Amino acid sequence: MGGEVVLLDFWASPFGMRARIALAEKGVKYEYREENLANKGELLLKSNPVYKKIPVLIHDGKSLSESLIIVQYIDEVWKNPPLLPEDAYERAVARFWADFADKKLYDSGTKIWKSKGEAQASAVKEFIENLKILEGALGDEPFFGGEKLGFVDVMVVPFVCWFHAYEVHGGFSVAAECPKIDAWAKRCMERESVSKALQDPEKILEFVGFLKKKYGVE
Amino acid sequence: MGGEVILLDVWSSPFGVRVRIALAEKGVKYEYREEVLDNKSELLLKSNPVHKKIPVLIHGDKCVSESLIIVQYVDEVWKNSPLLPEDPYERAVARFWADFVDKKVYESATRIWTRKGDAPAEAAKDFIESLKILESSLGDKSFFGGEKLGFVDVALVPFVDWFHAYEVHGGFSVAAECPKIDAWAKRCKEKESVSMASQDPEKILMVVERLKKKFGYV
Repeated sequence: MGGEVVLLDFWASPFGMRARIALAEKGVKYEYREENLANKGELLLKSNPVYKKIPVLIHDGKSLSESLIIVQYIDEVWKNPPLLPEDAYERAVARFWADFADKKLYDSGTKIWKSKGEAQASAVKEFIENLKILEGALGDEPFFGGEKLGFVDVMVVPFVCWFHAYEVHGGFSVAAECPKIDAWAKRCMERESVSKALQDPEKILEFVGFLKKKYGVE
Repeated sequence: MGGEVILLDVWSSPFGVRVRIALAEKGVKYEYREEVLDNKSELLLKSNPVHKKIPVLIHGDKCVSESLIIVQYVDEVWKNSPLLPEDPYERAVARFWADFVDKKVYESATRIWTRKGDAPAEAAKDFIESLKILESSLGDKSFFGGEKLGFVDVALVPFVDWFHAYEVHGGFSVAAECPKIDAWAKRCKEKESVSMASQDPEKILMVVERLKKKFGYV
């Protein structure tokens, strides 16, 4: 548990936010380093030579990348409070929903602002469908982790600050379509670890505008 | 240990083979059920309602899907012959490389035979590059798991039976490009858990030809 902790990250990245929330939940002191993705630093390129992406966690000189893997590492090294359940099956279920969020939420959300016309309408439909599936998994529990924030909450909640941008570009409302998810999001935001890590949705909307220009989507 | 084990699978699926190898390594008795993907069984649709895909492991009344999640579940329930290392950092490294197999090796390999024009050559280049990256991570070890088969070996070795099909469609030779991977593959095949789950590369080539026609990739 000894050793310096550094997080190479980018302010708007929901994947980086996952690591920030996990570290905060565990009360781990770390150095946050903002990367300029248009001009990646030596340390980033050296510590994640395979993908050259953020977030990267550097603990005691050892580098780790891929947010799902980073959060599991954090959970295993700093044991309190636990994010993954004790039971092997409950763990597999948590990993399944985290994987679902990666495969389904992020991709369909991105398609909403990267496309136009019919493709965009289709992306909106897909995104809402995926959120509804997650809503079903939440059921009547306050959090995906049950009574407290757990692994799946940490994996999904960063996308909440991107909802506004998806809603504006896609012409829909998460609160109207998925009221349980909306309530869950507000509950998560009451936790300092979450409210400190998530960005202002207006800033994310502005950032998406910048990305649309960059990728030539108008 | 917790009830009957059933594996819903398809003979040619490398993802299913991962699970078969893991179960064999642990000496777990299970019932193998072959699915017909054009006519999925009630049980498959009920036990994996979100993705409706194989493999699915049914242990008692618990259903687990997504091959790497299933393998981790198997590793955690049956603790003999551990596949993942003890140390959290080594575990994170193993998860990283298994994830790399999915994101880079499988992704590029699939493009070799599912695209037309210039794309297969580009995909072949990406595939070889990804194998070379894995080769250097293997280093001088016998297996990715060190002296014995580990998580990454189980994640990668099923694709070895697909190499012939990739080579035929991509116009290259794995043995020539990545001799260490070739040697590693032969070492893995000496293990009963791997050889029992191995498929005839000529039969896999026929599967690829059939799928190409079926989905119009010709």
